[in-house]
Amino acid sequence: MTDKPWEPRIVAFFCNWCTYTAADLAGVSRMKYAANIRTIRLMCSGRVDPQFIMDAFAKGADGVLIGGCHPGDCHYGEGNYKMLRRYRLLQRMLGDMGIEPDRLRLEWISAAEGDKVKSVINDMVEKVKALGPLDLPGQFQSWDREVMTEAEALAHAGHQEAK
Amino acid sequence: MIEPVRIGFYVCHCGTNIAGMVDVEAVAKYAAKLPGVAVSRNYKYMCSDPGQELIQQDIKEHGLNRIVVAACSPLLHERTFRTATMKGGLSPFFFQMVNIREHDAWVHTDGAEATRKALALVRAAIKRVPFHKPLEIKRVPIHPDVLIVGGGIAGIHAALTLADGGKKVYLVEREATIGGHMAKFDKTFPTLDCAACILTPKMSQVNAHPNITLWTMSEVAAVSGYVGNYEVTIKRKPRYIVEDLCTGCGECVEACVYREPRFADEFNEGLGKRKPVFMPFPQAVPPIVVIDPGTCRVWTATNGCKKPCVDACGDRKAIDFGQKEELKQIKVGSVIVTTGFKTFDASRLPYYGYGRYSNVYTALEVERLVNASGPTGGEVVTRKGKHPQTVGIVHCIGSRDENTNKWCSRVCCLYSLKLAHLIKEHTGAEVYNFYIDMRTPGKSMEEFYNRIAGEGVHIVRGKVADVFPDPSDPEGDRLLLQAEDTLLGRVLKFPVDMLVLATGLEPQADAQDVRRMLNMSCGTEGFFLERHPKLAPVSTFTDGVFLAGCCQGPKDIPDTVAQAGAAAAEAYSLICRGHVEQEPNTAYVREDDCSGCKSCVPLCPYTAITFVEDTKKAVINEALCKGCGTCVASCPSGSIVQNLFEDEEIYSEIEGILAND
Repeated sequence: MTDKPWEPRIVAFFCNWCTYTAADLAGVSRMKYAANIRTIRLMCSGRVDPQFIMDAFAKGADGVLIGGCHPGDCHYGEGNYKMLRRYRLLQRMLGDMGIEPDRLRLEWISAAEGDKVKSVINDMVEKVKALGPLDLPGQFQSWDREVMTEAEALAHAGHQEAK
Repeated sequence: MIEPVRIGFYVCHCGTNIAGMVDVEAVAKYAAKLPGVAVSRNYKYMCSDPGQELIQQDIKEHGLNRIVVAACSPLLHERTFRTATMKGGLSPFFFQMVNIREHDAWVHTDGAEATRKALALVRAAIKRVPFHKPLEIKRVPIHPDVLIVGGGIAGIHAALTLADGGKKVYLVEREATIGGHMAKFDKTFPTLDCAACILTPKMSQVNAHPNITLWTMSEVAAVSGYVGNYEVTIKRKPRYIVEDLCTGCGECVEACVYREPRFADEFNEGLGKRKPVFMPFPQAVPPIVVIDPGTCRVWTATNGCKKPCVDACGDRKAIDFGQKEELKQIKVGSVIVTTGFKTFDASRLPYYGYGRYSNVYTALEVERLVNASGPTGGEVVTRKGKHPQTVGIVHCIGSRDENTNKWCSRVCCLYSLKLAHLIKEHTGAEVYNFYIDMRTPGKSMEEFYNRIAGEGVHIVRGKVADVFPDPSDPEGDRLLLQAEDTLLGRVLKFPVDMLVLATGLEPQADAQDVRRMLNMSCGTEGFFLERHPKLAPVSTFTDGVFLAGCCQGPKDIPDTVAQAGAAAAEAYSLICRGHVEQEPNTAYVREDDCSGCKSCVPLCPYTAITFVEDTKKAVINEALCKGCGTCVASCPSGSIVQNLFEDEEIYSEIEGILAND
């Protein structure tokens, strides 16, 4: 399947109570959306460790979507607010790293909003498609190569000096 | 991780639900090659008995120690397959479910893409499942008492059902009397039996029942805890009457300084008058009076009041102007929410003239007018005291309308027909019903429609577009309705003496507050959301919280009562079980790794985390932890672990999802 044209891969973290249920509802209602999304179910958006997001990017995700309950509606009271704070910090950090803001998205989707699951996913896929591949694993390889060449050059120079 | 891992993988066709979009054979073939997979099969219906037996057999025959099923949503069948795994001799938590129906086959249109997605999701689960631990299921006892919020027909029926079964019930009602909307109705469709005749005996039963604690003028102020163990704070507003001492004799009402009733009577929709001390209606339950501080001279007059009511009450000493708001704490195991609805505010549609023309009424007002115990003693007269010769009833006010509420309120067509019949019966007037579509589903309802149509009520298919005073009427009482009769294809003007607006049903104004307190969900229209529209129609997403009646969506009295019975049965079943099994998704601290930074402590919404000064480590109280995982995600040293959602499990899922296919 590697000869297929590039399609973005988006990892989604959905909370069990609102967004995951909304995605189930979208399914039951046979709404149609882009197949680029792969969902991981968590109990609460508050469980989303920023490292999960970084790890997803590092392993080749082109985008990460987090879905939680609307503010004030969190099944656990305030887990979604905790996620919101992390999200804001992370957005800044990702910007510094050259990762475009559209690649990370946080959305409040209640259990009744199956249509919002559809529209958010379609919109995000479109935006990430426009950005093109992130390909951090590829980047890592090329950085590794750079470092290796530099190290080799240094070692070579050192060798010459010792001579 | 126990070694070696032997995974059994099963992909379900779900008939053609999944197999019609996802190439299930390719998925099974692909999974067979993944590390750790010992058995990989596809089967028509995994949730069927043979499907589940297949898992159990394979566990025994092939020595499997992990199970992955790719089928529908785990919210639907995770429990089924966990049980099958357990019956096969494994821990139920050695199971992982992959959702390739709701999240894949049903929402995508390209088979190749859907299959590719299925492969990724399956890979993730197969990578995850080796990390699963044989967790223990926690059992939590259920407190046998039940709280019912709202004393309409739904709350009354649920309370009586439970109380008759020997369970203790707290019935909390915001108003001064129970009965809700039904108490205001005159007759009920389709049988036209009198609402009070069938409701009031149940109301008195509630009052007399030894197992029911009835608190009127009360609201739920706060809820904490979880299924089986809710702690609820009830706010009891002052009634200024000592409930136990009042006999409902009404002598205080007689004695009031206001000789005549002069304040708008809420129970009669403002059409009648009451005094500041009053009985909400003759059959009110509890059958005692109430004092309204908004109109009583004790509060409103600068020079106070001589309080002849207190003298009239005499030795009974039932009047207490010093009553204060009270907070009551109760413990219950389950909650039934029966908070009902409010009717659409007709003044939101100014072109119907409600509030502007005195002869425009809401249906609920007319219910009071035709009622023998209503403000006019059952005489249908306009606000000016005239008997109407022609009456128009407009259906779908604030229903099925893009500009107001999109939903059908389900009861308006039928109650409009009922009102047409009653108005005709009481006045002999010509009645015109204007409808968009006549919706009469349900037992005996279509027959009822035919009966009313046969009685000579004019039924016009068309929506009234405008209402204005008839210029030819010198007194300006008559109204002209402009409507298109869509069956004749003509725009007509109908002169009427009285216009009735069949207002639709809406969520209560404070439904959102109730929802938040009980951690429920709402649909987009604002009615409380049931756990499953077909299979769990009275359950909510919060365990131990059930729904009945119009707070869940518009419905008629028979459906409301049926739902109330169902909700009572759900609560009863929970109590009889005696305990609930809780998902062991709680978090714990790995002491060796905890640096004692305390950053997790304030994050926990349940104050489950404490810092132990002796050891300088954080400790999580498992009984209080609800398993959100917020502390886990924010522990800088990664020393907190959430069962079922361990870091390793999620990282392996991410890796599986993104591995090259």
